[in-house]
Amino acid sequence: MEKIKSLADLKRIKENVQAKMDLREKSEQVEELIQIKVAMATCGIAAGSKETMTYFIDHLEENGIRAVVTQTGCMGYCYAEPTVEITKPGKEPLVFGDVTVARAGEIIQKYLKHDELVEGIIPVNYHTIHES
Amino acid sequence: MQDLSAHIMDIAQNSIRARATRIEIDVEERIPRDAFIITIRDNGEGMDAATVARVTDPFFTSRTTRKVGLGIPLLKQNAEATGGSVTIQSAPGEGATVRAFFTYSHLDRPPAGDIPGTIVLLVAANPGVEVRYRHVTDKGEYTFNSREVKDFLGDVPLDDPDIVAALREMIAENIKEIEI
Repeated sequence: MEKIKSLADLKRIKENVQAKMDLREKSEQVEELIQIKVAMATCGIAAGSKETMTYFIDHLEENGIRAVVTQTGCMGYCYAEPTVEITKPGKEPLVFGDVTVARAGEIIQKYLKHDELVEGIIPVNYHTIHES
Repeated sequence: MQDLSAHIMDIAQNSIRARATRIEIDVEERIPRDAFIITIRDNGEGMDAATVARVTDPFFTSRTTRKVGLGIPLLKQNAEATGGSVTIQSAPGEGATVRAFFTYSHLDRPPAGDIPGTIVLLVAANPGVEVRYRHVTDKGEYTFNSREVKDFLGDVPLDDPDIVAALREMIAENIKEIEI
């Protein structure tokens, strides 16, 4: 395959993506997609969150997962970086800690694909009996 | 930080927090001057003189989630370890410029790291921010502008995985041409 060096070389890729977009349901809304937020503050970056985010972007599609991957700031769990917050449509957000590239793969295979929980979830969203 | 690309991502996050709509990242590799210079300029909120004086203090942060802020202190530490320095210029409403100077040949200078991948992540995660990245070596220079790419792509999103991979390749190929 020819190397991409300029915007002109990008044209073919753009057309492929456009075709792929047309094939998808037109009604697809951003709110219906899985949201993946990678904590990208000093603590996260030093622990490898760039690599984690790149891994998610590169490996979701091949696993048939449609998601929006974005960045967020420090959530205060600096001891467990890289941290990733995943919100499945209609579900409570879950924060995963120590998401190295290897663990990102595990999250894709287990949580994103089969709703199976993995180790390392930071309990931030639970409600006590008094609150509910 | 493992490498200089991590510092770039880190300092650029400060610009995003300061609500910048334009971030300019200059990477200069000047072998005759034995210098590796990174300049990050934004049009965000800026800081007053008192704040500028405090940002190198590790116990200063604008966050409330934690009490320390190590982005600038770590950059300063790494730059100074090579005999270099960090300078910050800013004024309220006028954005900020952070310039880090490293001695190129110093053993303690961290490697450049994956700068193309870093730039593309920054662009994909912040499509509303114009990111201009310029890389200069003694052989030539290359400029990437996310606004141009966005205009070219039209309704195709910047964060599509195929686009992300293609942009990464595009930047890396151009950098390779001017590599020393």
